[in-house]
This record gives sequence, C-alpha cells and structure tokens, in this order.
Amino acid sequence: METLVSQLFAGLSLGSVLLLAALGLALTFGQMGVINMAHGEFMMAGAYTAYVVQQVIADAGVSLLVSLVVGFLVGGLLGLLLEVLLISRMYHRPLDTLLVTFGVALVLQQAARDVFGAPNVDVRAPAWLSGAVQVLGVGVPRTRLFILAMATLAVVALALALKLTPLGRRIRATVVNRDLAETAGISTRATDRLTFFLGSGVAGVAGVALTLLGSIGPTLGTNYIVDAFLVVVVGGIGQLKGAVIAAAALGLLQAGIEYSTTASIAKVLVFVIIVAFLQVRPQGLVSVRTRSLA
Amino acid sequence: MTRTTRTTRALSLTAGALVASLALAACGAKTDDTAADPTGGAESCVDTSGDSVKIGFLNSLSGTMAISEQTVRDALDMAAEEINAAGGVMGKQLEVVAEDGASEPTVFAEKAEKLIKSDCVAAVFGGWTSSSRKAMLPVFEDNDALLFYPVQYEGLEASPNIFYTGATTNQQIIPAMDYLKEQGVTKVFLVGSDYVFPRTANKEIVAYSKANGIEIVGEEYAPLGHTDFSTIVTKLKQSGAEAVFNTLNGDSNVAFFKEYKNVGLAADTTPVVSVSIAEEEVGGIGVDNVVGQLTAWNYYQTVESPENEKFVAAFKAKYGEERVTSDPMEAAYTSLYLWKGMVEKAESFAVGDIQDNADGVTFDAPEGTVTVNGENHHIAKTALIGKIAEDGLIYTAWSSDGAIEPDPFLEGYDWAEGLS
Repeated sequence: METLVSQLFAGLSLGSVLLLAALGLALTFGQMGVINMAHGEFMMAGAYTAYVVQQVIADAGVSLLVSLVVGFLVGGLLGLLLEVLLISRMYHRPLDTLLVTFGVALVLQQAARDVFGAPNVDVRAPAWLSGAVQVLGVGVPRTRLFILAMATLAVVALALALKLTPLGRRIRATVVNRDLAETAGISTRATDRLTFFLGSGVAGVAGVALTLLGSIGPTLGTNYIVDAFLVVVVGGIGQLKGAVIAAAALGLLQAGIEYSTTASIAKVLVFVIIVAFLQVRPQGLVSVRTRSLA
Repeated sequence: MTRTTRTTRALSLTAGALVASLALAACGAKTDDTAADPTGGAESCVDTSGDSVKIGFLNSLSGTMAISEQTVRDALDMAAEEINAAGGVMGKQLEVVAEDGASEPTVFAEKAEKLIKSDCVAAVFGGWTSSSRKAMLPVFEDNDALLFYPVQYEGLEASPNIFYTGATTNQQIIPAMDYLKEQGVTKVFLVGSDYVFPRTANKEIVAYSKANGIEIVGEEYAPLGHTDFSTIVTKLKQSGAEAVFNTLNGDSNVAFFKEYKNVGLAADTTPVVSVSIAEEEVGGIGVDNVVGQLTAWNYYQTVESPENEKFVAAFKAKYGEERVTSDPMEAAYTSLYLWKGMVEKAESFAVGDIQDNADGVTFDAPEGTVTVNGENHHIAKTALIGKIAEDGLIYTAWSSDGAIEPDPFLEGYDWAEGLS
C-alpha cells in the first residue's frame, strides 16, 4: 500500500514536471506548428533567472516567488524575440523552424556558458519547501508538491485564458483557420506573437520550478526537450487536455516500470510503448479537427 | 549443363575464393609482423640537443568534459611554469605543446599520435575518462611513448607506457568500504551512473561486502544525464540502508542529492559516500544539499602540509582567490614532478631509461609523499575519507595508516579472485 501510494505520487510528480516542460510546446508546436528546439533553452533561461534573482534577493522564499514572475517575463521575451526575428519568416515550414531553432538553442547554451561559466550553479530552496509531509503514511517532498500545484495552476490558467479571454478566442480561431480568422478582422500576426510569448513564458516558469529538483547548467534544456515533445505528440497535437493526460500517463508509466525494473529499462520500455501506441493512434490521445494542421 | 558440372564449378569457385582470402590473410599477417617488430618503426624523434625539451598536455577544453579537464590543465600549466622557473629538467626548459581532446576518445587518440609523431614530445600528460585512456593506450604502446594519467579509475589495468597518478581501486574504493565497516555499517545501498566505472566499482564492492559481512540492500543505475531520482530514492529509503555508496557522474548528482534531502534523508543517519564529487562540484550541487556527506579521495584542499599550503597559495595567486583545488588537479600537478624525478634519476629523456628507473621515485606532493611503483606504474598514496563542510570545502575525517601500495588487479585480496 505504502509503495503504491509513493509510486503513484512519484509518477504524478514526474508527470507534473513533464507537463510544465511541455505546456509551452503544446501552444507553440501544438497550436502553431512550430518545432521550437530552443524551448528547452527558454527553460534554462528561467532557471538562470532564478539564480540571478537569488543573488539580488537573499531570502530564498521571496526570491522564488519573484523568480516565477521574472522567469515568465524572461522566457516570454526570448520567445517573442525569436518569433519576430526568425519564426515569423517561416510559418508552414516546420522543418526549417526545427533547424533554425536548433541553431538558436546552441547559441543560447554557449551564451549561458560564457555568462555563468561551465560548472553548475545552485539555487537554494526556501525553508518552507524543505523536508517532506506525510500523506497516507508516505513522506512526500514539499518541493514536489509545490511543482504539482504549480503545474495544475498553469494548466487551469492557460485553459481559462484560451476559453474565456478575447486573446484566447483569437488564438483558437487562428489555429482552426488562419485565413478565415484574418478575414474576420483578427490580426493573426499579433496573435502569433502573443501565443509565442505565452508559451515561452510558461517554459521560463518551468525552468524556475526545475531549480528545486535538479542542476542549473547550460544543458538543462536538453535534458527535457525530448520528453516535452513526447508529451505533446502522445497527447495529440493542439490539445491542452491531451498534454495533461499524456504527461500524467508517461509519468506514472515511468515510475511504475522503474520501480519493478531499473531506470534504464523503464526509459526503453516507455519508448517502446509510445511507439506502439502511435502505431495504433497516430493522431495522439486527443485529436482536434482543424484545417490548418491537416 | 549437368548437375555434376554445376557442382564442380561451384566447388572451384569456392576454392578460388578460399585461396584468394588466404593470400590476403597472408599479406595482412606480413604487415602485422613489421608493425609488431619490437625495435622498429617507433624510432624516437624527441630532440634533446637544445636548451629545451617538448612535452605535451592533452585535456578536453571543449565538450562535456571541459568543465573538469580545464582545472587539470590549469594545474599542469602551473607545474610547468614552476619547474621552468626553478631551472627546468636537467637544465632544459620545458616547452609545452597544448592540445584539446574535445571530450572525444577518438580525438584523444589522434592528438596523442600527433603529439608523439609530429611534435616529438618527451611525454604526454592528460586524459580523464576511462574511454579516453583506453583509446590512447594502443597509441602509446605502439609508438613506445609515455602518458601520465591523473584521475582515479576502476583499476584492472597496467601498461608499461602509462603512469597512473590518480588512485586505483584499492586506494579509494576499498578504503571507503573499510571506513564504513569500521563505523559499524552493515547495510549498504549502491547507486551509480550506467557505464563502465560504476559497474566495475560496484562489482568490487559486492565482492568485498560478501567477504566482510556487509549486506548490499540495493543496486541501482541511472542513465547518464538522468535527472529524476524519486523512484531510486524511494527504493533506497525502503531498503533499510545504513549508508549509500554513490558512483553517479555529473549532473545526476545534483538531482540525486536534492531528492535525497527532500525526502528527509540526512547525512547523520544515512551517509552517502561519493567517489566523484570534489571541491569543484560541491558549489554546483549546493552546499546545503551535501553538507555532512562523505567523499573518498587522496587529496583535499584542506590537507595540512607545507607542500599543500604552497600549492594552494600558488594556485589562488595564479587563477584567483575563489578557485579551489581538487584531487585530479593535484594528481596532475604531481605527475609532472614525478616525470621530472624519473628523468633526473635516469639522466635521460628516453622512454626505456625512464621505465627502468621509475621504481622508487618519490615526490613530496601536496597530498603527502608519493612513490612510484615500477612494477605496475601506479603510485603509493594515502586514502582520505572526507566530510563536506558548510564552507564548501572537504575536511579529512579518516585517513589510512600511511600510503597504500597500488594493487590495480586486487591481487592482494582473496575475495577479489575472478573479478578481473
């Protein structure tokens, strides 16, 4: 029982990390068809933001909360810059976006290395996140609960924004049919920029969250980018709901298999299962009917 | 065409093919013979007629290993400067030829060949990963040249052309297990990255434990670069382990120690002994996350000796107050002085003379006095178990009784039979 609870939580926790990493992609790749390989580097930028903010604000608790806001802005602005300078020139050419953003990713990694040095840096976690709380007789780390809560919050906020706000309606309209949206008076250029800002901003927030779990170095993004794309593809391109289900499923699968085998075998088996699943359902868990992505 | 002729033709074709391949094989054997000629081919081109002698530094200054290997290069550069300022080796100034191994074993092999054959260096200093060393080994053996390798490794190797100035297993891993045993630990959990060093080291630990009444309550490997340790730490917590032996490499250490602390495990109840975390890494993992944990090395910046005070002061003066010194750096620094000692004892830069005179060459290194073993080309070193303190430095908590003779094949241990 204890094992079951602890592995369920480990799976959900891993799922929430994957979801945070993938949420921004669900917007930019899923909804706009841009393969943004620099997404991981936006997360890295968010993580370094947390480091810089902590140099300025010594109180770890305050600096974490400030970092979440600043991290969103840093990630978002990087994304906006990328969209305006490069991506805007190559919509509907996903392979070109892949190459260009991969180059940008390398540049950003090297820039981080030059600015912050090659060795990892450390962000201290606030005191109120240290240790574990007892849930059903199992010690659950507070940091992981915090990330779980953040992922939930981010999904709810994004879902509401897409559903209820005028911006959300414009994004959805542009995704479903760009030309029709344009004729209806929506500035699809402005919408593209805002979508990219939003998606990249979420990546920045994910980066701040990851400082609680792992290392902060120039290659932080490369550790997550593949998993993030997996979540979006398995979830079904263009769907927030799909990404949520996929992230949870992959997290639980990884944790479950890893518990009874080893970490390496779990990684391989999860890949095998994904490949098999995509044979049966190439469109992913949740499919959306759009004309632009057909 | 009848059936018989067809068979005959098939047979003659096969026979023809056989003859051809035999002829080819014979040719191949012939070329092999000349290559294996013990005297031939590798005529040394080292020029010792002038006022200077060339040596090669070969470390990764780019790629994933650059973080670690740059520190080794810094220590080597400092040693060369010191030796030159003090009059050089046998009156000759050292002329350093520096190369970048680029974190690629194949590049290491290529650059080693270049250093030996076209730069004609008297000796090469460098390498870090076991794969880079394994790639360079045949190059040094075929060209009858010398490599000084500065990093602790998994043992089970000895080449006449390599001097190993880092620890071998019986100077690091076995003393660490001895220490745990002395502390009354009976249940140990093994966690490591999934590649050759942790797997080999853990094989040795398992054999040691069997012979010493220690129970291995778990053995887990994470892929290199793995960053989610919740499941492994859960297994660790449930195993009832009293101590953990950690052979994780690189970034994985950060994620592991953060998770370890987050689930409420602590150094004073379940200590972790690490063999690849040195002073350089502590800052990146976060002192808060590893304070009180143990490490096994042969040198720490805090070692108290006049030689070390001089070494640390010189290093900080050259590279900055905030820099720290570590075991591989010290071993690299020491290796240059050991080579100098061998050359001066042999009164020759020739490889054969150095090999003949290596045995017993000593140096008062920052870690303490080290002595070269002429038999297996490793050096006698003192094992130090260290504790990570709040200032980010590591302080000696336990030390072996004097220097331990190197035993790369673990021949002196009954339980190690059949490991190599």
